Amino acid sequence: MPDFNPLQEQESIVSVTDRVVPVAIGAGVTAVHFLGDKAAFVGVEEKVTLVDPAGATSPVEVAFGGILCSTSDGKRIVMGCDDGKVVVLDREGAVSTFATDAKRRWIDSVALHPDGAVAWSAGKTAFVQAPKGEVKSFEVPSTVGGLAFAPKGLRLAIAHYNGVTLWFPNMAGNAEVLEWAGSHLGVTFSPDNKFLVTAMHEPALHGWRLVDGKHMRMTGYPARVRSIAWSAGGKGLATSGADTVIIWPFASKDGPMGKEPAMLAPLKAKVTMVACHPKQDILAAGYSDGTILMVRITDGAEILIRANKGQPVSALAWNAKGTLLAFADQDGDAGLLEL
Amino acid sequence: MSEATANKIPVTVLTGYLGAGKTTLLNRILSENHGKKYAVIVNEFGEIGIDNDLIIGADEEVFEMNNGCVCCTVRGDLVRILDGLMKRKGKFDAIIVETTGLADPAPVAQTFFVDEDVQAHARLDAVVTVADAKWLSDRLKDAPEAKNQIAFADVIVLNKVDLVSKPELAEVEARIRAINPYAKLHKTERAQVKLSDVLERGAFDLDRILEIEPEFLSADDGHEHHHDHDHGQHHHDHDHGHGHGLKHYHDEDMQSLSLRTDKALDASSFMPWLQDLMAKEGGKILRSKGILSFSGDDDRYVFQGVHMMLEGDHQRPWKDGEKRESRLVFIGRDLPEQLIRDGFEKVIPS
Repeated sequence: MPDFNPLQEQESIVSVTDRVVPVAIGAGVTAVHFLGDKAAFVGVEEKVTLVDPAGATSPVEVAFGGILCSTSDGKRIVMGCDDGKVVVLDREGAVSTFATDAKRRWIDSVALHPDGAVAWSAGKTAFVQAPKGEVKSFEVPSTVGGLAFAPKGLRLAIAHYNGVTLWFPNMAGNAEVLEWAGSHLGVTFSPDNKFLVTAMHEPALHGWRLVDGKHMRMTGYPARVRSIAWSAGGKGLATSGADTVIIWPFASKDGPMGKEPAMLAPLKAKVTMVACHPKQDILAAGYSDGTILMVRITDGAEILIRANKGQPVSALAWNAKGTLLAFADQDGDAGLLEL
Repeated sequence: MSEATANKIPVTVLTGYLGAGKTTLLNRILSENHGKKYAVIVNEFGEIGIDNDLIIGADEEVFEMNNGCVCCTVRGDLVRILDGLMKRKGKFDAIIVETTGLADPAPVAQTFFVDEDVQAHARLDAVVTVADAKWLSDRLKDAPEAKNQIAFADVIVLNKVDLVSKPELAEVEARIRAINPYAKLHKTERAQVKLSDVLERGAFDLDRILEIEPEFLSADDGHEHHHDHDHGQHHHDHDHGHGHGLKHYHDEDMQSLSLRTDKALDASSFMPWLQDLMAKEGGKILRSKGILSFSGDDDRYVFQGVHMMLEGDHQRPWKDGEKRESRLVFIGRDLPEQLIRDGFEKVIPS
């Protein structure tokens, strides 16, 4: 039976597609970050392309091979590469090698602390280097799936098979382990430091309340959750993985326990990327059919930023002020929107 | 092959017991002038001396899926590596995963069934097992891993045949066939095998499940190309091979079972039986395949499975004059043969 859609949703919503500055990166993009007002599109290999708000591009060679992961604090971008290097790109466009794995293994994950400490992982080992400090390492029982610094103190969450290890690199003694069966791939602390959430290999999130280790299971996704973002103030956790944006409530002390998530912006495609506005209850969502929507979290109102053309959206980010949104798809078809 | 399948990166899994010649075969594949680029995933502590641009060290991390199925294990490191590789579309044409000699191929294969992201971009092409003609018989006695690798194989490269006598070769071949009568078997020296015999096999492609005949009678299949290597008499036995034939062995642990009926099956009773069988006995069933003729359906229905993981689809219409029959094969450890036979009998319409 052919699809019959009398509502013509796509045409009825407010569109700002004509205000997007198109950018052609020319190669696959895995992430976008802002260095000041410049959007930095991280390619799948070799290059980061810096783009100013007017759309002028300047590519920067950062790696010889694949760029496997990246993170940014707005001042610099830290990238893990497939030649065992941790590479840093700063606001001036200068590239430096921060660390090199002795065995030249893949750098699978990176994390940045607000104080400037950098964490990375290769195989089962997580490394941390604080500014002016020495490199410290910690080995977990299986390959590191993801890293995240706690918002306070120098504490690193290391996701792995069957749980997460919480490591204080500056303290001797045993690390704390939060156990949950299965493979944990992504990890994030809530901005208030009360909760830890992992994205699992199976289509589910798992959370712990840090004060008592209480478990939170967040399930029901049709696909693996690859993109998670805390809404302004940490009230909600927006996630990809379904045909709507799923937002778990974290405002109360119990987090999402016993509560239903909000489901916003349903489309006939899967959400692949989410990015929350840094100040307002607004998020951007990218879909597998190339659509990008801006969604008001309070009432679900939608604004069309990119129509459903092209490859799955693979990168999405706001600048720190929340005045610019950058996006790209898997083929490097990208854009900038000034609000 | 459907277009969606054709666009996926083929992945060849190379297994074999220690010292059988995996690295020799791998280097042969890589050094041949085929104009293709391979990404090679090797065990971190694997042999050195592989000449390729894109080599990734793996950790062989096997983990259980959180779905209550104990035999549903996947290779976590592979999920991660393939994820990283798939972003670099166009940089390579195919992937070869070399496992350690002690590895069980099932978690590798299952990774391609259970991980949606892997499935979206890559397809398992075949499990190729390199076996040492001189030592395999011993290994089959003392190393369960070696037996698993033979049972699991789509293609077996029986290597170092120049180091054994003809009776020894017949012996090891019979032992292989007792475990896995369905794999393509190639006898080689120094892993000299045509690349087309080990790559692009489409062994897990439902569209290419054409025939599932045991290979007992065509054991020398595909060895013509060896003749130019001038290695004496060892292989030139097709003319007189029928005289002694292959000894028939029964393997104590690993068995295969083939079922057949020319009565059209009723999907509403057959499929529940098959699914129930896999759910209950899937831990023992390493591989399964079938071509099915259902009543009221003009298409061939094909399925294949690795342990409990089954996938099936309509393949193509039965051709005019083609014999409409259903055939199933199972390869497994301590296969509950009678249970499977009885269950199958019950779902054949009388």
